[in-house]
Amino acid sequence: MANTVVETSPPAGHGDDPNRRDFIHIVAATAAVGGVVAFAWPLIDEMNPSADVLALSSIEFDLSKVTVGQQVVVKWQGKPVFVRHRTPKEIAEAVHDDHAPMKDPATDASRHKPGKPEWLIVIGVCTHLGCVPNFGLGDYGGWLCPCHGSVYDTAGRIRKGPAPLNLFLPDYTFLSDTKIKVG
Amino acid sequence: MSGHSTYEPKTGFTRWLDARLPIVRLAHDSFVDFPTPKNLNYWWTFGGILALCLGIQIVTGVVLAMHYVPNANLAFNSVEHIMRDVNHGWMIRYIHANGASMFFLAVYIHMFRGIYYGSYKPPREILWILGCIIYLLMMATAFMGYVLPWGQMSYFGAVVITNLMGALPIVGKSITTWLWGGFAVDNPTLNRFFSLHYLLPFMIAGVVVLHIWALHVPGNNNPRGVEVKSKEDTVPFHPYYTVKDGFAMSVFLILFASFVFFMPDALGHPDNYVPANPLVTPAHIVPEWYFLPFYAILRAVPDKLTGVLMMFGSIGLLFVLPWIDRSKVRSMRYRPTARLFFLIFIVVCLLLGLCGSHEPDDKIFANLAGFNLLDSNLNSYTWLSRFLAVYYYAFYAILFLLSWIEKPLPVPESISAPVLKAGKKG
Repeated sequence: MANTVVETSPPAGHGDDPNRRDFIHIVAATAAVGGVVAFAWPLIDEMNPSADVLALSSIEFDLSKVTVGQQVVVKWQGKPVFVRHRTPKEIAEAVHDDHAPMKDPATDASRHKPGKPEWLIVIGVCTHLGCVPNFGLGDYGGWLCPCHGSVYDTAGRIRKGPAPLNLFLPDYTFLSDTKIKVG
Repeated sequence: MSGHSTYEPKTGFTRWLDARLPIVRLAHDSFVDFPTPKNLNYWWTFGGILALCLGIQIVTGVVLAMHYVPNANLAFNSVEHIMRDVNHGWMIRYIHANGASMFFLAVYIHMFRGIYYGSYKPPREILWILGCIIYLLMMATAFMGYVLPWGQMSYFGAVVITNLMGALPIVGKSITTWLWGGFAVDNPTLNRFFSLHYLLPFMIAGVVVLHIWALHVPGNNNPRGVEVKSKEDTVPFHPYYTVKDGFAMSVFLILFASFVFFMPDALGHPDNYVPANPLVTPAHIVPEWYFLPFYAILRAVPDKLTGVLMMFGSIGLLFVLPWIDRSKVRSMRYRPTARLFFLIFIVVCLLLGLCGSHEPDDKIFANLAGFNLLDSNLNSYTWLSRFLAVYYYAFYAILFLLSWIEKPLPVPESISAPVLKAGKKG
């Protein structure tokens, strides 16, 4: 039996193998960075709207309260929503200007629900820096923003001033002829 | 630092402490025996005044937080409760509110002093940048503090400033929603602003420590802008500058107190005594006076994103000032051309502030009709702020060019030399 010798490769010094050491360093650093990022994300995302804020996402509104030529401001998601009962003259002006030069071109028909031109429902937040435009003022009879002088027409389209976009349209549906659901 | 420490513990206890935590040594070397140029004028006292301002804001703020309620339904009333019911509450709040204005007044003087005497130049670039960081933190803190009373100006100030972020392409909308914690400025916004308003002053205090550390490595600049050459150029910080700073602080506190006790609302806006109403914007939105020049630059630009970038850029330029102005001569005492442009720069900053306080379409000369140039009347604050904003930016370019063009006056060889020469003549 003495003429057989079993030889295994000599154990390499574990700590001295540069590749293994590097590997451990990289894995450890990656785990640490990954851990920090994984912990940071909830701390950042925590500032996004919470579940109860998101839950307040829709309201219902009775249109019969708004007479012709009037505007009622409703609060939706903390923002003012303008519900404007337009007069035939205001509708005609808005349609007449459909092809006038504009920053953010849009036809009047695209600004209201089909067959309901009298109801203009827009978010009452100036697209410049977020102030609430004043009803009925400005050269176009729509709105005038008191902060930096943006002028909107009777379809809520930006016609003059620093605001880049038309007043936003909220998602809304007609539940009946006199009732809408915003959101 | 001055090299080796001159502190010698005298008692058994101080020797014992010094071997374990040399904190008394640190204080001694930093604020007692620190060698300071002997020619510092009163413009140099604003560093101490600013430390005082920070202390006042933190102390009054901590006390106010004991009575204030950061809730959209209660905040306004809790501030009124502080004003009417809390013992001395009116005074503490007026000190805190006017203290912010005094803080900015002092910091602007401190910054203009730094520019005039070239205090940002090598080897003090890091010192200068730390100061710029403090200034940014101060602006964030002041803005969030102004939102807390939840009046109309608070609310719409918050709306306008957070909407600036919305100008950023692609990510703008998600960032504003994230900042608000909702779909508009509301209770979650107020809550986080209160949390951060309490945090940031302590971060400022931390950066102030770094600022003083970075100051004590090369030592103070001085009105002549030449480095300290020998021990004859300096005096110990105490008692020379503790007394000088102390006197300046006393004078500053007289101004401070006259605002607090005789015109506490002069720097505020009456609309902020109207509770916040998200459905109605006040007719005339203005920020606090110390933001007006930047607000004017923002409004001067017709494009929203460019306006926002120009506004932030006007502050960002300060950070790179040490690399814009390459002139070897620090003090503008010896740079007549640069001094002239600097004085115009101060006037331009003040006029920008004036523009920011007016409606863009207001006429500058009421009796002059003026005429329309592009989108606005030439006789309006819109055009005035455009010209001024151009100079604001041009000033940095001028400093850059003057580094090579300007021929400075002869600079004295040391702080003491001109005095000694004058003495010999006399």
